[in-house]
Amino acid sequence: MEHYISLILQAIFVENLALAFFLGMCTFLAISKKVEAALGLGIAVVVVLTISVPVNNLIYNYVLRDGALSWAGLPNMNLSFLGLLTYIGVIAALVQILEMFLDRYVPALYSALGVFLPLITVNCAILGASLFMVERDYAFGESVAYGFGAGVGWALAIVALAGIREKLKYSDVPPGLRGLGITFITVGLMSLGFMSFSGISL
Amino acid sequence: MAELKTKDVLFGPILHNNPIALQILGICSALAVTSSVTVSLVMCASVIAVTCASNFAVSLIRKQIPSSIRIIVQMTIIASLVIVVDQFLKAFAYEISKQLSVFVGLIITNCIILGRAEGFAMQNGPWLSFVDGLGNGLGYSLILIVVATFREVLGAGTWMGYTVLPLASEGGFYVPNGLMLLPPSAFFLIGFFIWAVRIWDPDQIEEEEFEMQPHKVREAF
Repeated sequence: MEHYISLILQAIFVENLALAFFLGMCTFLAISKKVEAALGLGIAVVVVLTISVPVNNLIYNYVLRDGALSWAGLPNMNLSFLGLLTYIGVIAALVQILEMFLDRYVPALYSALGVFLPLITVNCAILGASLFMVERDYAFGESVAYGFGAGVGWALAIVALAGIREKLKYSDVPPGLRGLGITFITVGLMSLGFMSFSGISL
Repeated sequence: MAELKTKDVLFGPILHNNPIALQILGICSALAVTSSVTVSLVMCASVIAVTCASNFAVSLIRKQIPSSIRIIVQMTIIASLVIVVDQFLKAFAYEISKQLSVFVGLIITNCIILGRAEGFAMQNGPWLSFVDGLGNGLGYSLILIVVATFREVLGAGTWMGYTVLPLASEGGFYVPNGLMLLPPSAFFLIGFFIWAVRIWDPDQIEEEEFEMQPHKVREAF
């Protein structure tokens, strides 16, 4: 149990997807003007990551990996080169299914997430987390913990950035730096702050 | 649509309409791989290859793709091309592909590529689309290489492995700035780069959402 908790904390703070690996930057910068919108997107990312990383883990371990198809009588098959195509397909399909499911059974959440769900398909944080999972060779339980932690970390970062940007409206920024420029520098400072977690080992 | 000139399509995206500085596309990888120039060059070459080839391929079949499934078709084309690049790097530049780790795979979700396929290649012929891919790839590379140069020279005193600023620890004069090798410096550098580009080309400056009122409180004395 302790192992999983430390994995989650590490994914949230030390290896924050947005601030340490720069993943999901496009949406991170585009949807961080308002805290509410950022929170909606953050929750959607947590949900999708918690499902997609374990699903991709299962697919990798039982279909794609070298020798993984031995249960089907094909011990010499190595399909790992199809990985990228499979993960992105799984993510796109999953987002679509999730959208339909929420629309049917949890309409309140569906309307809250609204436009953000489709956006998630092309969010590099989602694909990135799956690729990290493969690279680090997580087992199924670890991949659930990692997916959840990575999602929470990303959500935390975007909500914090949105909070800062809401306050930033009141400051007089030099013309050339307005909008995108100052946002980059803010994110840099946040990333510097998050680096102070990197010394922590659990 | 007015006839587009090959030259404008090629050079437009490099400075005037730079995909990273102005369109905020493809930033993720721009930041992550820039701590060394060699690695960034490989990344640039991969991105240029994928964006040219995907623009070309999408443009060739643009009249056959039903619009309801076009995103999936484009994604599949892009993902297949990235797999080719990934396997190629693993075969011929294994060390660098290890350093790039997941970021080669993340070219799939690089918004520049899907953005150009959707925004340009779906409306234009194969040759122009190819050139547009090249232009956008080069615009992306420009920023990547500038950022990587700053980070490697200031952070490690080297450029592509050659010593530029001799380090103090090896008898030189330069004390390396370790921050430059860490993630936050990439954000600062891109922020300043955007600032510089926008001073040079004021059309790109964003409108203020709120007008600042002049400070009108009288001083007491």
